[in-house]
Amino acid sequence: MSKQILRAPIGQSAPRERARRFATGRGRYTDDAASLRGLHAAFVRSPIARGDILEIDCDAARDMDGVVAVLTHADIAGRYRPWRAGNALLPEMKAPEQHALPPSRVNYVGEPLAMVVATSRALAEDAAEQVFADIDPLDAVADIETALAPDSPLIHEDCGSNLCVSLTSGNGKFGADFEDADLVIEDTLDFGRHTACPLETRSMLAEYDPGSEVLTLRISHQCPHQLQAELAKILGLGQHRLRVISEDVGGAYGLKQQLYQEDVLVCLAAMQTGRPVRFVADRLEAFASDNHAREHRVSARIAVRKDGRITGFELDDLFPIGAYPQYPRTSLGEGNHVLRMSAAGYDIADFRSRLRLLFQNKALIGHYRSVGHPVACAITEHMVDRAAAALGLAPETIRLRNFLSDDSYPRETPTGVHLHYLSQHACLDRLLADMDIAALRSEQAKLRGQGICRGIGIASFVELTGTGNGFYGPGGIDVSGQDGCTLKMEPSGHVRCMPSVTDQGQGTDTGIAQIVASVLGLEVADIRVLSGDSEITPHGGGAWASRGISTGGEAAWQAAQTLREQLLLVAGHLHQRDPATLELTEGHVVDASGAQITTISEVAHICYFRHDLLPDDMPTELMVTRHAVPRAQLFQATNGIQAAYVEVDTDTGFTRLLGHWVVHDGGTLINPKLVEEQIRGGVVQGLGAALLEEIRYDEDGQLLTATMADYLVPMASDVPDIQVSHVTSGTAEGALGAKGVGEAGVAGASGAVLNAVNDALGPFGATVRQMPISPRTVLTALRAAAASATTPPFEDAP
Amino acid sequence: MKPYPFEYTRVSSLEEAVTLLQREDEPRIIAGGQSLVPILAMRLAAPSRLIDIGGLSALRGIERRGDVLRIGALARHAEVMASAEVAEAVPLLARAISHVAHPAVRNRGTFGGSVCLADPAAELPAVCTALGATFEVFGSDGLRTIPAREFFLDIYETALAPDEILVAAQLPVACPKERFGFEEIARRHGDFAIVGLAVRARMEGTLFAELDLCFFGASPRPVLAQNAARAVIGQELTDETQQAAVSALTADLDPQEDAQADAEMRLHLAGVLLKRRLAEIAGKERQQ
Repeated sequence: MSKQILRAPIGQSAPRERARRFATGRGRYTDDAASLRGLHAAFVRSPIARGDILEIDCDAARDMDGVVAVLTHADIAGRYRPWRAGNALLPEMKAPEQHALPPSRVNYVGEPLAMVVATSRALAEDAAEQVFADIDPLDAVADIETALAPDSPLIHEDCGSNLCVSLTSGNGKFGADFEDADLVIEDTLDFGRHTACPLETRSMLAEYDPGSEVLTLRISHQCPHQLQAELAKILGLGQHRLRVISEDVGGAYGLKQQLYQEDVLVCLAAMQTGRPVRFVADRLEAFASDNHAREHRVSARIAVRKDGRITGFELDDLFPIGAYPQYPRTSLGEGNHVLRMSAAGYDIADFRSRLRLLFQNKALIGHYRSVGHPVACAITEHMVDRAAAALGLAPETIRLRNFLSDDSYPRETPTGVHLHYLSQHACLDRLLADMDIAALRSEQAKLRGQGICRGIGIASFVELTGTGNGFYGPGGIDVSGQDGCTLKMEPSGHVRCMPSVTDQGQGTDTGIAQIVASVLGLEVADIRVLSGDSEITPHGGGAWASRGISTGGEAAWQAAQTLREQLLLVAGHLHQRDPATLELTEGHVVDASGAQITTISEVAHICYFRHDLLPDDMPTELMVTRHAVPRAQLFQATNGIQAAYVEVDTDTGFTRLLGHWVVHDGGTLINPKLVEEQIRGGVVQGLGAALLEEIRYDEDGQLLTATMADYLVPMASDVPDIQVSHVTSGTAEGALGAKGVGEAGVAGASGAVLNAVNDALGPFGATVRQMPISPRTVLTALRAAAASATTPPFEDAP
Repeated sequence: MKPYPFEYTRVSSLEEAVTLLQREDEPRIIAGGQSLVPILAMRLAAPSRLIDIGGLSALRGIERRGDVLRIGALARHAEVMASAEVAEAVPLLARAISHVAHPAVRNRGTFGGSVCLADPAAELPAVCTALGATFEVFGSDGLRTIPAREFFLDIYETALAPDEILVAAQLPVACPKERFGFEEIARRHGDFAIVGLAVRARMEGTLFAELDLCFFGASPRPVLAQNAARAVIGQELTDETQQAAVSALTADLDPQEDAQADAEMRLHLAGVLLKRRLAEIAGKERQQ
């Protein structure tokens, strides 16, 4: 499709419509919804990582005042269908059966054992303490070594091992020696386990109307249609009798993308009691039962020639997921992106990668913003920097020598990823200019003389956005890669806009409204966006893979174009003009000279009320639905680059962030301010990953980080200024030319900080290989370097 | 995260509070609630009754009385931070207070609450110990005083009797020859310190005539590092005296392990703080 000329309000930094409500305390989060005769749920959760359930005694709890129901496996078995998280494209992947409440075995700390429903949350918590679960403890599998050991306990006996799946990719032979290499460097990075920590914890309110047999679930979720489809299957309801509403959502980030046991349980409890049942996770249970992400141990080898060309790259990702793959998307996504996206922007003849997912007696690993990309970026960019240091090259020099050349697109990577175009050279140029690399290096050198230890790190990344249906659909997973948009023009000429994409704070609604307003010649205020309700919006993906504008915006554009043509057709007839000569501008129909002929509202009014003025065969519908799905390529691959400037206190091991730069190619920017704030927010999550955030379990699988005092997220005072610049290149898909932007900030931030810290530690011969980079990590690296004499690690380097 | 049921009384006199403390099975005093309320919400404590002393105006205020500054137990951290009297009379406290938590917590949290909680990593107990403050406490026998250096016994354990209430702290007003230092190492600003140090020194020229080094986060309670101080007292700061002081910390501190640091790292960080703060104080004297 040829690119259209885009006009305002596309390209303007319109404020978020929802922000006004939030700032005035009028958000409508799930827990703000009132419910008559509503009940509250609390869960009895497993205190141990693995054990056999001998008995769950609920008698005392059931007798307590205010308690309406106490449910265990025995009470709900047969009333729902258990699920398995597999993918038909990967028949060898282990997909053990999962239940809403465990029949016989607990597999992680925090796993729900029983559900108490009472007239208040406090009473439900009181009663939950009176449920006595007798569990026979078993040895837990709580680290990579244990999971791989030949005599390891089996988390799922019927799976035969703790290996969920093993995959390889690339064009070379995994494990083989590299040919054409003057130097091969090996290294291993450990990435901490994270969780997304949305401000609003998981919240839900289920209500069942036996009269109409309709189940309504208000839930803080990012993919209401997906949840509608899955719950319908699990509960045995028609999808038309299940309504999922996710109105205001206080952050989701992939954590609210899949299915949790509690989602099913509140529905079952609402159907059983005939009363609304509410569950709002408190922060303790959020840490224990929300999905986690990112724990990886990645070993890599990079082969380089003396001239700085990278000739080979191999990586081996050990990815300890939780007790089960998360339903319905599985836990593969992160690992798959490490497997396929590592080194994707480099021209490397021999690339191989391997991925192994390991079961653990821990909470489930799911998706977290930028799924796997931060790991792929960090291991790639760490290895590239290691090679550069060994060869005595500047970080930007080795990248320039090895980036895919600008004239080589479209192309496929060795892992089969289609790249329509990457703007890596332009992004790097812009980054070096933005940060004034020469001045920064000279300051760094000067301060080193004064004993102040600063480092500069660069991390380039390639990301997949706006993903279509290549993986889920053929894999038998009902996740929509298609998104839709319904427009209903009211007789007044105002528009109700119902997109399938959802907004958890990104500002997607506003971007969609800008697109519709642009096409129809209206103001943003003339468009009311109603998203997040599976009953009124077209079935679509919701929020995943940075699709809000790149896919959802495209659907809105197409719907608006159709509505526009309809309005012009009617206006042309009424005023005896050729519709092709007319345009919609500033609420009016105008001719080629710009003269106003009539108003849009007048045309709409006639379409609804004055059919007497129109021929019988003239269509007058002002309600349109269009869908968009990436077809020319399965996703919009794009790229960006980030840089970090840090100061490391080598006495205390503390790292201070001094500056951060991002250059990103988001294609067409519908709303530059919202794009930049998306990127900045993502960077902050990446900075947390680099320096602070880690979910920790002990060797028995006991959770050690259960509060915000233990799981450290960056605070405003920890975050430096983040400068964001844009490079805009074209896409293969769509009229708008917008690529995904929501995850770019996270993708490169941690890798940039890692490289900056290692640049700072370079003069000491120390390297950190673990994130988060805690003061302890830095001091340990410095001590190890001091102990291992002064020989440089690659003294045989040319 | 809903607390166990509890009774609640907002008392109108210290006597009433003491009576309730004696009568109840498991009473807890609540002032700013910044530590107690989360503890209640997580069901880590199950008090029978909360005794709210928030209405006792006798416990409020910050006031200079001769050579002491008297800080009421209910003085909020934000008041201490904004107080010109504190800045002038107790500069060590003025430096420490900005490290206490965050604005929202400082708006409600109280001086007395922090002292009575006796978190070993908290700033205010260390400042009181370094300065040799005195605490006024009220119990069934009326008022008595407890020196800060005898008040903090162990993790969350103080010399307060079960029926006693902290009324105020008396902090000595700084004299012209006194110098102060404060630094803490925390993962994020406002977090509890991994290790911190509050210093009071009296200088005679460039000689350290008196030196109180109170470490926090480095032992189960705020600790005066007396061996380290002795290595410097009566002398100038040199590489030798500094190193001797750092080496002496092994005997002074009893560092514990947690997620942030093991004992060895804590001891190392304590040494880093000691060197930096002593150098700062000595450096200023040399410049004069």
